[in-house]
Amino acid sequence: MEEILKVQQIAQTYQAQNGELTALENISFAVKKGEFVSIVGPSGCGKSTLLSIVAGMIRPTCGRVLLQGEAVEGISPRIGYMLQRDNLLEWRSIYQNVLLGLEIQKKLTKENEAYAAGLLKAYDLWDFRDKYPSQLSGGMRQRAALIRTLAVRPEVFLLDEAFSALDYQTRLAVTDDVYRILKQEGKTTLMVTHDISESISMSDRVLVLSRRPAHIARVLDIRFDDPALMPLQRREQRQFQEYFNIIWKELDVHV
Amino acid sequence: MYNQTAATPVSKERAAYLQKQRRKKFRIRAVQVSVVVLLLALWELLANAGVIDSFIMSQPSRMIKTVCNLSENGLLTHLGVTCLETLVGFLLGTVLGVGLAVLLWWSNTLSSICEPFLVVLNALPKIALGPVFIVWVGAGVQAIIVMALAISLIVTVLEMLNGFLATDGEMITMAQTFGANRRQVFTKIVMPSNLHTLFNSMKVNIGLSLVGVIAGEFLVSKAGLGYLIVYGGQVFKLDLVMTSVVILAVVAALLYQSVVIAERALTRKMRHKN
Repeated sequence: MEEILKVQQIAQTYQAQNGELTALENISFAVKKGEFVSIVGPSGCGKSTLLSIVAGMIRPTCGRVLLQGEAVEGISPRIGYMLQRDNLLEWRSIYQNVLLGLEIQKKLTKENEAYAAGLLKAYDLWDFRDKYPSQLSGGMRQRAALIRTLAVRPEVFLLDEAFSALDYQTRLAVTDDVYRILKQEGKTTLMVTHDISESISMSDRVLVLSRRPAHIARVLDIRFDDPALMPLQRREQRQFQEYFNIIWKELDVHV
Repeated sequence: MYNQTAATPVSKERAAYLQKQRRKKFRIRAVQVSVVVLLLALWELLANAGVIDSFIMSQPSRMIKTVCNLSENGLLTHLGVTCLETLVGFLLGTVLGVGLAVLLWWSNTLSSICEPFLVVLNALPKIALGPVFIVWVGAGVQAIIVMALAISLIVTVLEMLNGFLATDGEMITMAQTFGANRRQVFTKIVMPSNLHTLFNSMKVNIGLSLVGVIAGEFLVSKAGLGYLIVYGGQVFKLDLVMTSVVILAVVAALLYQSVVIAERALTRKMRHKN
């Protein structure tokens, strides 16, 4: 499979009043088309910084990011980025919220609007299009936020702790939901999380980052006997615990 | 969701609860009205009995007479002048204040540079500048409007800027991930999420503009409620002074209420768009 996203020797150093801080050190990896890759690491190791660099929101001190061979310079409409919270705008209906990305990118054509409407229909939000975010459940809100990003048709999806604002039960359900939608739409995904279980349940591959200055400590291919398992089903598999232990040891967490 | 539709049968407990709430509300309103009535009655009685001197304290019946004679004493014209000046000052203060706040939000450098000046200007009693304004723009309606503007402007700038800067950062990042520029971030995220700030500052502003107008009219004017109060004081027509003060209170309440109504209408409109 074609390597759609390449991250080459990324390093990031922060300048602050009281000194210099190296957050990332020589990070290289590639993501194939349709693949789901997770990055896990100890908190504060610079996972989110790495994702912001891939999204083109932060310029790295060294290295570069290639999207289909082209260097990413600045925010690209080919990359979709999802944050911790759904950030739906309370004063807009669900339909208007879903169109926000298209509106900002000035691509609000009849065709694109129909595409967004199609997504709402396909993922059971069409009946709620005239409701306001406060009238929806946490899971539905997250789905609406996902459709808002899908509507601008990005090639690569970046998820930055996208489920951590939800309570545990909702989170498990939303994980299944988002996974199903992303696979159905054939999207390439790079996810940052601190949740080991979440990374194993969703990914084809897990990159484990070390403590600061972060480098890739381990790359773990996740294989289950049945490749069609959903995240919740994966959690019941024998291998799940094994993968968990490997990552847990690698993270070397101390209290 | 709560059951609020009229069609749903209301349980006995719910009905009792609603009844209790209504009674409580009514009782508070009743006490409020009786306080006013009682005070006015006491004032009238004591003035009639000669305990208080109605020449320097006036009295309700004489104030009512003054209001009835408003065609001769020109109360209506004075009222109109004050309201007009207040509205102009209020609109200018709001528009300019919001405009300046947008500029300061736009440029971090500019707002850092301006910060100490804004703080000093905010703390400065603007009434002290009254004579300066008269010299600059001339003795007349202009000076009064500038006074109203001076009092309301800085507060508006500070309040709006604080609101803009307190906008949820992740919301702005979300818009930026779609490639939003500064203008889009402002129109799509920052301004809509600060409508309540705008209305709060308008509520403060309408009162401050009135303060500015009255202060201006004290200093320089040929008409207006402020002029009437100063004139009435000088010629010992305390009926006129007291009546003007009461009218002023009513005007202030009405202006404030109109902002509240405008806010409600806009909030409702935004919810029912589409």
